[in-house]
Amino acid sequence: MSLQVEIEHDSKALIVRLKGELDHHTAETVRARMEEAIADSNCRNVILNMEHLSFMDSSGLGVILGRYKQITGKGGKMVVCGINPSVHRLFQMSGLFKIVTVEENERSAVLRLEGVS
Amino acid sequence: MEKNFMTLRFAAKSENESFARVTVAAFLSRLDPTLDELMDIKTVVSEAVTNAIIHGYENDPEGIITITAQLEDNVLTLIVEDQGRGIADVELARQPLYTSRPELERSGMGFTIMENFMDRLEVETAPGKGTKVIMTKRIESAKPLYNESGR
Repeated sequence: MSLQVEIEHDSKALIVRLKGELDHHTAETVRARMEEAIADSNCRNVILNMEHLSFMDSSGLGVILGRYKQITGKGGKMVVCGINPSVHRLFQMSGLFKIVTVEENERSAVLRLEGVS
Repeated sequence: MEKNFMTLRFAAKSENESFARVTVAAFLSRLDPTLDELMDIKTVVSEAVTNAIIHGYENDPEGIITITAQLEDNVLTLIVEDQGRGIADVELARQPLYTSRPELERSGMGFTIMENFMDRLEVETAPGKGTKVIMTKRIESAKPLYNESGR
């Protein structure tokens, strides 16, 4: 498996950590795991930690956008953190920065959500 | 002028996406590209191969994808080819955020990324015949493949 998905249920948010390569092949796993966790969880908010992502392409943008819609549809917020320079460029190109909240790391993402709750 | 090339043929299966990008990156490695350049190349290979699998062959694993990478000095030409459905309206397909398959959570950014990461992109396609994406990029960080005398 070239991508690992770790999901932690924090009191304030669902923390999703991705490790490895996010492409068309692995995007389906991310979609399924996150979709289920979001649906089952009482948490309204999601933190997506991409610190350990070594590769991502437009399939990753698609799955992030899909989860963003799912979360905001439930009235929650999505904070993305730990994005590397190449993911940064993809976010910029697609306009994702305009809708998704970005924080430097998981700690600042948690603080951000505490601030808004 | 030094030339080199390689051709890769593989089944149109999503599990081959990482294999394809790693192989092209390995072929380029003797030019000693920067990590950013390698990442750009791996990303565009991934985009073109994903398009061939999803749109060209509509996930039919019987489909065959061919990648040719050519090096002429430090200019890379990358050709990704399929014999799938083809694209009816290339202009539309190249629009940022356009996708013909919104139900699959596609971002519609594939061609935009390829155009941005490469110096040049051309698409040859015909409905029912398949699609050929031709991209070129100068690898700026490339070490000369051989030293000219007096340098």
